[in-house]
Amino acid sequence: MAKAVGPSARTRPGPLKPAVFSLSLLPLAWLVWRIAGNDLGPDPVQELATATGEWTLRFLLITLSLTPLRQLSGRIEFVRVRRMVGLFALFYACLHFFIWMSLLLAFRWSAIGEELLERPYISVGFVSLLILIALGATSPKAMVRRMGRNWKRLHRLVYPAAILGVVHLTWILRTDVGEAALYGAILAILLGHRLWRHLTR
Amino acid sequence: MLIKKPADIQPSEITPESVYRRRREFMRDGAMLAAGAMLSPLAAPVALAQQGDALKAAAPAGLTRTPPAPWWEGKFEHVQPAPSEEPFYTNESLTPYEDVTRYNNFYEFGMDKSDPHNRSGEFRTEPWSVEISGEVGKPGTYHLEDILKPHDLEERVYRLRCVEAWSMVIPWIGFPLADLIKRFEPTSRARYVEFETAIQRDAMPGVRSRFSIIDWPYREGLRIDEAMNELAFLAVGLYGSYLPAQNGAPIRLVVPWKYGFKSIKSIVRMNFRETQPNTSWNDLQPNEYGFYANVNPAVHHPRWRQDTERRLPQTLFSRQVIPTRLFNGYGEQVAHLYKDLDLARHY
Ligand code: HEM
Repeated sequence: MAKAVGPSARTRPGPLKPAVFSLSLLPLAWLVWRIAGNDLGPDPVQELATATGEWTLRFLLITLSLTPLRQLSGRIEFVRVRRMVGLFALFYACLHFFIWMSLLLAFRWSAIGEELLERPYISVGFVSLLILIALGATSPKAMVRRMGRNWKRLHRLVYPAAILGVVHLTWILRTDVGEAALYGAILAILLGHRLWRHLTR
Repeated sequence: MLIKKPADIQPSEITPESVYRRRREFMRDGAMLAAGAMLSPLAAPVALAQQGDALKAAAPAGLTRTPPAPWWEGKFEHVQPAPSEEPFYTNESLTPYEDVTRYNNFYEFGMDKSDPHNRSGEFRTEPWSVEISGEVGKPGTYHLEDILKPHDLEERVYRLRCVEAWSMVIPWIGFPLADLIKRFEPTSRARYVEFETAIQRDAMPGVRSRFSIIDWPYREGLRIDEAMNELAFLAVGLYGSYLPAQNGAPIRLVVPWKYGFKSIKSIVRMNFRETQPNTSWNDLQPNEYGFYANVNPAVHHPRWRQDTERRLPQTLFSRQVIPTRLFNGYGEQVAHLYKDLDLARHY
């Protein structure tokens, strides 16, 4: 795991990164399009919060699937874009958080503080966000080099970040946990694959 | 769709008379055309609220809906318009028909707000009967036509406050719950009323879901004095027209001083009993949803802040966030029901 990342992974200039970059912006473009067309329904704030939350989790799961995909397919391209996809997870998480602070809570700081502390599903999301920020901040190549082995240790926190994301989602659901079951199953497969490799190596 | 911040809209703008007149003519013409074309009274979609001039709110121009059954015809012809003052009316701007009928929580049809509109097409409201049971003098299973027959329909414009911190203003058509209850002669032991929603597995994707964690059918309840309160209402229509499935067709409860989930939809059973009934949400998550569920900004809810509400519809650039009021602003009518009750404990 994570072997191909860092200084040794030489990046050939090619269309791969620009293509993945553009694709990753599509969810944002779609939201902007719907905002411009006033097409978010009667409760647009809630819609934006939900959509950005879901995209955060999806990007996290895609990020986590790249290493297994590379191992299964033998294609290095998967991990070449891993940092970028991971940063997009952080990007959508920041949007999600900002929408919550600004549009849902109107920057009422006392309310924001209360929510972070008193609502378990928010606290859990917040911890997940803090992890993603820490990972994003240490993602430049220079940091990888500087941190050495600690980098890898730190970046294992992506697993709890994803788990907390699914917990956060499960807490939000009402009478049907199908959505959480789907994301949870994908996450379980991704983590299970790592565990299995670890145990059988 | 053009949406304005409610505060920007003058009350006169909501129901401009000229528009009503035009709508009325449009609908009448439409109905005549349709009737002329088909000549079958059942097949012809009938435009409703012909007396829309008098009602506070009529269905949108061009909306025609087929009556669920022949006996419904004419039901909406002599609806008593809402008075012009609280509590049976509010001059806050109405939530448009499209939003009232496309943004719903009705988990039997799915989890998304649009699911009840998009996935309720198979739901059958005819024949429909309601079972009246328990501590009443006249128990039995009654066809809806007989349930409705003696009641004069009236219009009421109520605020609806969802526990998810959004709210709407909806013009209902129906009759007081108390009038119905009196007819069936509850005994002195009838201290609570329990309600149950229909269950049609084949028509309800949410009920079929293997990941559903709620115990269907949906159940709600009221204390008998709450049920007899003048605000408690049984609705069979909105905006001068039949209730669509997603809004609880063919008959639903409206208790505007309580969070929306108390206003149970598509009722098939009313059971009168001596002890407090179990209710679906209370069974599922007792720390989040109490039996009373009175709108109360001072009572902490584990999931959503209850101090403010988003009045719908909103756009990103004109959002109306208003303070939530105790009993959703209906305290004058209902506060006395709870004078001996610790509202923080009995949430
Ligand atoms: C401080 C950080 C966070 C806050 C305050 C926050 C808050 C919220 C809120 C208010 C909602 C809407 C809840 C509702 O439907 O009532 C939501 C939904 C969601 N959030 Fe977060 N969140 C945070 C972090 C995260 C992170 C890091 C992830 C992903 C790893 C995430 C994933 C989701 C998902 C998937 C949903 C959608 C739930 C649905 O489908 O209804 N959130 N979040």
